[in-house]
Amino acid sequence: MQSKPRLLTILDIVTLLLFVVAVGMVFFYAPLEAVMGQVQRVFYFHVANAWVGMLGFLVAAISGAGLLIKGDPKWDIAGIAAIEISFVFFFIAIVSGSIWARGTWGTWWTWDPRLTSAAIVELLYAAYFMLRQGIEDPDRRARIGAIYAILSFLSVPLTFISIRIFRTIHPVIIGSGAATAQGSFDMTTKMLQTFMFSLLTFSFIFADLLWHRIRLGRLAVETETLRLKTLQ
Amino acid sequence: MELLPKAENRVRRKSLMPGVGQFLRTLGAIIWKDLATELRSRELLSAMLVFALLVILIFNFALELDAQARATVTAGVLWVTFAFAGTIGLNRSMAMEKDRGCLDGLLLAPVDRSAIYFGKAIGNLIFMLIVEAIILPAYSVLYSVNLFKPGLLLVILLGSTGYVAVGTLLSSMAVQTRTRDVLLPILLFPLVIPVMIAAVKASMGYLQGSDILDIRPWLNLLLVYDVIFIAAAFMVFDYVVEE
Amino acid sequence: MITVRKLVKRFGLKTVLRGLDFSVEAGEFVALMGPNGAGKTTFLRILASLSRPSMGQVNIAGYALPHQAAAVRRKLGVVSHLPLLYGDLTAEENLRFYARMYDVPQAEIRITEVLEMVGLSARRRELVRTYSRGMQQRLAIGRAVLHDPEVVLFDEPHTGLDQDACLMLDGVLREVAARGRTVVMTSHDLARVADLASRFDILSRGVITASVTRAQIEPDHLLAFYRQAIA
Repeated sequence: MQSKPRLLTILDIVTLLLFVVAVGMVFFYAPLEAVMGQVQRVFYFHVANAWVGMLGFLVAAISGAGLLIKGDPKWDIAGIAAIEISFVFFFIAIVSGSIWARGTWGTWWTWDPRLTSAAIVELLYAAYFMLRQGIEDPDRRARIGAIYAILSFLSVPLTFISIRIFRTIHPVIIGSGAATAQGSFDMTTKMLQTFMFSLLTFSFIFADLLWHRIRLGRLAVETETLRLKTLQ
Repeated sequence: MELLPKAENRVRRKSLMPGVGQFLRTLGAIIWKDLATELRSRELLSAMLVFALLVILIFNFALELDAQARATVTAGVLWVTFAFAGTIGLNRSMAMEKDRGCLDGLLLAPVDRSAIYFGKAIGNLIFMLIVEAIILPAYSVLYSVNLFKPGLLLVILLGSTGYVAVGTLLSSMAVQTRTRDVLLPILLFPLVIPVMIAAVKASMGYLQGSDILDIRPWLNLLLVYDVIFIAAAFMVFDYVVEE
Repeated sequence: MITVRKLVKRFGLKTVLRGLDFSVEAGEFVALMGPNGAGKTTFLRILASLSRPSMGQVNIAGYALPHQAAAVRRKLGVVSHLPLLYGDLTAEENLRFYARMYDVPQAEIRITEVLEMVGLSARRRELVRTYSRGMQQRLAIGRAVLHDPEVVLFDEPHTGLDQDACLMLDGVLREVAARGRTVVMTSHDLARVADLASRFDILSRGVITASVTRAQIEPDHLLAFYRQAIA
């Protein structure tokens, strides 16, 4: 097993720095929002978390397709790594969204499109894990997992669109109709910068964790190979 | 590596027509087989029907339905019923193949694998439509609601197609796991949410006599979903069954 | 007819077949024996085109697996220890179904022929569900040869059959082999295959460790030969 690549160490440091700066920006650089106060600061990380959560299926679908076409089991490790990470991040997003909702509208949960879609995607991730767990043969597990990831990836936009055509009370910050959306606000320049920076930071966090997790997966495979060798 | 003569390497049909003919023949054979088996045993249909009626019964108690509420809730109740009864049919249909090794029998045949998928899927669709055809009048009678609007039938067709397309694919995946029957709903329901939403909304639209312009986006969504997932299943089925 | 070179099959990290070489001429009847877990069923499934090789070459009747699997299937008949039959259909309906799947010409005539051969003509209109295991196995063989394949693969066909049923099965097996077909049969039962096969191969720990033709060995020595080959 190779020792940790230099690039990964650099990525670790960069990610950590970005995170520290992002936290700093959220609390000190971004101005205090007039209506919601401190609670609004949740917003920066909440959206970034959700963004990372969405990445999971994208990466898993791509690596799934790679697995099916190329047949190399290495693609599978990337897929499960991505979904594991996104599962956790989306969970954090949902929880932070819940905190936001409590602060803004006084309820812990709202059945609005984004939150509902997030819950569904979370369930898709959970289903993915359960599916994999039920299959003994590793090659088959990888293949079937890949297919489910691809199917999930195809369904998510459709799910989102269908829920979106419903009325929403989720703040539609970027894009359409602020008229019907309560709790939305216009972002000042500083807010926008903080927001973008958070997105960037979390993308780095995703990539960093992904790399680590893939290495972990490879290590597990190597260990298993060695174990089988000694058994025979 | 031995080099086989070029002519023998190309096991390709000379023209398209025999290929299509064989595909349709296989399709027909599998559908006929499923229908004939079901006619004899009536396991599948009776299980689906009884379950569907039980679900409607439970809804009767779970939701206090006065005449007013019923109008808004009918579409939802119907589709929940179809979704649950559907999983029973899907499970049984695949289990039947797997249990006696018959799936191997199908895979051994010199036919296009996707023909097997389509054969099973169309069989599943027929069963689901039969059950729906019985549940609709049953519901009408039980709740004095008129459900015979042609638009509704279209929605049921489109929605069931999407549901069965994904369901057949997933049941062929679930049947390979230890937790088979239990796993199918868990895998299926999150994926068919767009179908459920669109079908319920469109059904409600037709039942309440809404403007076609309001219903149209939902029908489009159903159509898009059906096309995307039938295409995806077609491409992916080979990988599901290979070893 | 069948050529296998350096066949490797892995399930995840576990290697079941390790560079297996195997070859069968047309018309031979090969009994493939070996201890449990040696990889007999895995090997047979690969020959049957149900499983893909991880590495190596497999050629059957001039076509290569896995790329030309569709062509190979037409030439193959497979009998496993599961009957591959639909219990709620009658014997002839089952055969009719497979006749359509294999695009068998003059299906009705062929079905009658096959039912004659396996001795089930009298019960052709009965549901397979009502058949005994022995009868199901015989019908399964009928199904396997319906499309007149050149190669027939058997995976422990005698499993679960009583003495009488075994004898009937042997009769059918001889019929099948007599038509010049190539047969590969895995089995546990040395005594049984001693009569049927023209060649005995031993599969142990993922490779063929020994091979001997009927002419080269006395039936009495078969057991000793087997024991030595798996040691």
